[in-house]
Amino acid sequence: MTARPRLVGGFVWGLAGVLLIALAWEGYKFFGPADGLSIGELRVLPRTTDLAMPHLWDMMARLAEPVTRAEGALPLWAVVALAALTTLGIAAAGWAVGVVVGVGFALLMQRWRLAEFGLLPWIVISQTVPLIAFAPVVKSWGSRVEIGSFEWQDWMSVALIASYLAFFPITVGALKGLQSPDRIHLELFETYASGYWSTLKQLRFPAAVPYLLPALRLGAANAVIGAVVAEVSTGLQGGIGRLLIQFAGQASGDPAKAWGPIFGAIVLGLVAAGSVALLSVILKDYRRTEEAA
Amino acid sequence: MSDQILNSAAATDAPLAAGDTDAAAVSVRGVNKQFQTATGVVHALEAIDLTVSAGEFVSLIGPSGCGKSTLMRLIADLDDPTSGDLTVFGKTTTQARLDQDYGIAFQQAGLLPWRTVAANVALPLELHGVASADRRSRVANLLDMVGLTEFADRFPDQLSGGMQQRVAIARSLAEQPRLLLMDEPFGALDEMTREKMQTDLVRIAADTGAAVVFVTHSIPEAVFLSDRVVVMSPRPGRISQIVPMQLNAIDGRQERSDNLREESSFFEMVTEVREALHGGASDSPGDEPRQARGVDTR
Repeated sequence: MTARPRLVGGFVWGLAGVLLIALAWEGYKFFGPADGLSIGELRVLPRTTDLAMPHLWDMMARLAEPVTRAEGALPLWAVVALAALTTLGIAAAGWAVGVVVGVGFALLMQRWRLAEFGLLPWIVISQTVPLIAFAPVVKSWGSRVEIGSFEWQDWMSVALIASYLAFFPITVGALKGLQSPDRIHLELFETYASGYWSTLKQLRFPAAVPYLLPALRLGAANAVIGAVVAEVSTGLQGGIGRLLIQFAGQASGDPAKAWGPIFGAIVLGLVAAGSVALLSVILKDYRRTEEAA
Repeated sequence: MSDQILNSAAATDAPLAAGDTDAAAVSVRGVNKQFQTATGVVHALEAIDLTVSAGEFVSLIGPSGCGKSTLMRLIADLDDPTSGDLTVFGKTTTQARLDQDYGIAFQQAGLLPWRTVAANVALPLELHGVASADRRSRVANLLDMVGLTEFADRFPDQLSGGMQQRVAIARSLAEQPRLLLMDEPFGALDEMTREKMQTDLVRIAADTGAAVVFVTHSIPEAVFLSDRVVVMSPRPGRISQIVPMQLNAIDGRQERSDNLREESSFFEMVTEVREALHGGASDSPGDEPRQARGVDTR
């Protein structure tokens, strides 16, 4: 009944937000000092020149133009879209690994208290390791992996790093969810003489869904960030991370071009989070609560 | 109606089976239960002796902390006694739980919010591998019995508290248990719904012939429902008295209706239970001698 107006409302508000940002951008560019504002050596407000802040319409127009002057070059938006798709694929692989590992850890920790005490601190610490620092290490380790006909590809290093970022929120969310069933439900299952696996299937997993969905979404966003950053720091070709660096280098001659991959990265993040939102629509019955409406 | 399936389980002569210890639904012998807490040992139950015959309706009543819920949890094998002996249909409580000899309902309905009403009632059947066709017909019967047939496809959050509790009761009956354990199942309901549910429960218990152990702290509720009312006192939790209900020449519980609530015998029984609760050793207005009066366990 109320689902449709709320959906439309959300869309309108989203659009209003984008419009607000656009207005702020163009407004500052119009009214702000051309050379920005500096206090001593420190610049607190950016320059408003076309080089530093191109007009939004220039950025949009640039997206439609060919990426280079070369004969038969694709338009910028197509190049960005292809790169974004590549990154999305890598991020999705990383996310999938993150889900398996995250849920696996959560199951282990839910089953044995000792595992929770022993593992959880390490899992938290794992996230404090700076990603950029060990991306090249992963790549060089990966390049030595060769099992039979299987050979480690560079994109796998990137996916691995993406999964490293993705598994953390999923582990925490899944653990909280698996531990969430009320005592009354657990005792009910005990009176049914229900074993570990059937309690897991009929009680713990369904009860974990409301905790898992935001965790999966967070994991998806993390996987995208991880993939982009890892592409940059391992120098992987073909993805949006590489494109960001490459076009930023050309910004002095073609300032609007550098914004193409930035928009691409934003859309990429939205698509990733949106796909998980789709999952939550499928699982909507599991998000109910017992209280009378 | 629903009767053909549910009647098959248990004795039709159940209400008369009092004293038959061999077939006792629940037998409690010298049970103690102590809890270790930060402030010391709490004697939740001390020297409890109680026999519930097959088909008998027994209420446990007493102030908070008298151990009535603890006693029910021991019978359900959700806790272990510190000492003493508990059997359900002659088996250990663990075996009885594994054999699904009892159905249970708590103060909260405890429905799974992601399952429809029908799927909630079907849950125990599903867990124990009942074939789906059989499951469907049993669920339909149970929902018919609690008057929720039209709500089969609703979710718990779309029902009132009373309806949720009826679903929980239907679920506790799903496997046609010979023993029902109920821990203040109507505690959270308003008075109107409560009386309706009590009348329904009397009928259902009579229809199914199941023995019932019913925890409550409402005296009229205990009197209306029970064959015997077990009055308990706190610290340590003990049985202070067992009062048999004699409600004006009504031999079967199934005959009890709302009219009973206005009869003088009902009020006499209420008074008697109340006096027992308040430690009244003084005699009640009833004049005929009562055979099982004052089972003192000390």
